[in-house]
Amino acid sequence: MSREIVIDPVTRIEGHSKITIQLDDRGEVVDAHFHVTQFRGFERITQGRPVHEMPAIMARICGICPVSHLVASAKAVDDILAVEPPPTGADLRRIINLGQIVQSNALSFFHLSAPDLLFGFDADPAKRNIIGLARENPQLARDGIALRKWGQEIIEWLGGKRIHPTWIIPGGMAKPLTAEVRDRILAGVPEAIAAVERAIAWYKTDMVRWEEEASTFGNFRSAFMALVDREGNVDHYNGWLRVIDADGKLLADRVDPHDFNDYIGEAVEPWSYLKSTYWKSMGYPDGIYRVGPLARVNVADRMGTPRADEELEKFRWRVGRVAGSSFHYHYARLIDTLHSIEKIEALLRGPDILSTHILSRAGVNRNEGIGVSEAPRGTLMHHYKVDDDGIVLWANLVIATGHNNMAMNRAVLQVARHHVKGDKITEPMLNRVEAVIRCYDPCLSCSTHALGKMALRIQLVGPDGTILDDLAR
Amino acid sequence: MSTVFTFRIDGKDVAGSEGQTVMEVAEENGIDIPGLCHLEGIHDRGACRLCMVEIAGSPKLAAACVTKITEGMDVTAHSEKLQEYRRTVTEMLFVERNHVCAVCVANDHCELQDLAADLELTHFDLPLISPKLDIDASHRLFAIDHNRCILCLRCVRVCDEIEGAHTWDVMHRGLETRVQTDMGIPWGESTTCTSCGKCVQVCPTGALFEKGRAVASGSKHQRPFLPWLKTVEEERGR
Repeated sequence: MSREIVIDPVTRIEGHSKITIQLDDRGEVVDAHFHVTQFRGFERITQGRPVHEMPAIMARICGICPVSHLVASAKAVDDILAVEPPPTGADLRRIINLGQIVQSNALSFFHLSAPDLLFGFDADPAKRNIIGLARENPQLARDGIALRKWGQEIIEWLGGKRIHPTWIIPGGMAKPLTAEVRDRILAGVPEAIAAVERAIAWYKTDMVRWEEEASTFGNFRSAFMALVDREGNVDHYNGWLRVIDADGKLLADRVDPHDFNDYIGEAVEPWSYLKSTYWKSMGYPDGIYRVGPLARVNVADRMGTPRADEELEKFRWRVGRVAGSSFHYHYARLIDTLHSIEKIEALLRGPDILSTHILSRAGVNRNEGIGVSEAPRGTLMHHYKVDDDGIVLWANLVIATGHNNMAMNRAVLQVARHHVKGDKITEPMLNRVEAVIRCYDPCLSCSTHALGKMALRIQLVGPDGTILDDLAR
Repeated sequence: MSTVFTFRIDGKDVAGSEGQTVMEVAEENGIDIPGLCHLEGIHDRGACRLCMVEIAGSPKLAAACVTKITEGMDVTAHSEKLQEYRRTVTEMLFVERNHVCAVCVANDHCELQDLAADLELTHFDLPLISPKLDIDASHRLFAIDHNRCILCLRCVRVCDEIEGAHTWDVMHRGLETRVQTDMGIPWGESTTCTSCGKCVQVCPTGALFEKGRAVASGSKHQRPFLPWLKTVEEERGR
């Protein structure tokens, strides 16, 4: 008799989901699904709204990365207005976007994943959390909390509040930067760099323990996609889409983000509210690709800032030019964070950063607009259509976690195959299945534009549909 | 010279000229009576019912904005009961249409929002009607979102009494009531609208707004020209 294992809900990620693992007659894993069980419908509720409201409405998709949605949405509306923000306006958007990346990456690495790395996947869950982390390695916990706080403070000082700031508006920014805020952010840069470098040093020593684990931890061949600038550096705000295959060969380069629909398809599966995106030329479901920190470090020639480039070189020396294991998302996330801090500093030291010319004004000049940027979890795409009066007729969002959907499913299947023995949900399997999902730092609120907080449920299901084991956290 | 009446509001002795309303005398004496349809400089119509006060000897509540003062009247403008009535009236304004402050252009400078905060209206007990209403964004500069209209009709009055255009009026009845431009044609096609923007400036909520303004960036908290409405009215001898 074949069966199914169900993990429901999945814990320490952002949103609601469950996992089912399908077993055959011999008790071998045949398939695994990561189901996102929440639904919200932002693409529908925004129909009929004035397009200038879109950034603020779309920011409400997520309380963790509202700034990412603000940025992508404002860029899509810029496109409808047919304007570019003045250079300082664009730089201010970059800074707040990078502040968002620092705080979100810190949350993912230190608060959600570091407990697994420090204590091991089989440690007692009572200890394997941020509180346990603070007891065992107080410096690491302090650094994580401080980094997240600094990123949040950047958002608050610039945007007026930590969550859902209204600073970013179509055409540019609402208010200029003051010298006082610039200096306050700059004052925190040395400590932020020190904190992330301590974490990188710890991770590099510690990861030796996980080398074997990493080989089965969502380690598979796939393409990678991210935005890069003209020189091939990572670019979190603008630039061109670059896609490489598992060997680092260019599948596409210098793709204008406005043309993303020519390259990326979206499939819908009956078992999840999360869409699966795929690389069109490879078809569905073969066109699997990954986005996010790992994709950014794999795709870019270099990060574009000195300290991060030094770490990137070491990363590539250790794990290869194109890192395939999803485990390396953690390492990549730290390098991405280091780069973001360096970049924030460089932008703040720019000669025109206090300019008051930060907003381009225009009416509705196009009926369609696309905005693409890098969110903490990967490439984020907002696409709107409006009528001549600027009323939204249609919206489509392609979210980082959606790009990663097929990869997450593949990773869960791999881990399940390696660790499921018999028809019971074992603790090591459960821990690893959850942990491999955490590598991607999925944000299910964003990806389904859905509601609620993450919890995990796993079900083990037989071939006839009987639920053999069911475990909820 | 007009007759002076002396009377009491909330136990305080006050005086006003014959013909003044309770609301006007209260304002002159620093007594705050809430109101969303009342606006100095245009005629009052007693529509929003938020300025209801008790008058000793009368079994009915009276709207302070349209009740003329009389000698010796004893007005209660603030009591537990009135507070409760005002809270209910405000709640009814909210549930009748779709008010979502977080993504509204008038967030942080909205009279309805301020009133709800003052009245400590923290949640709704009444069921939401959630009607599906349109936005008319056909005008070059301005737009109206009927979802946020509370039918105070300040726009209708300012357009008629101050600008003299009478572009705005009202159509339909009851829950179907809507403000309209030029007998129900799109605002952008109106031949009477002078695009002066007074209606936008007097709107207490985010129903009327300047196109292109992002969320929470409405400009209505600054109304430097509004005191002039009163002067215009006086000069016209109204």
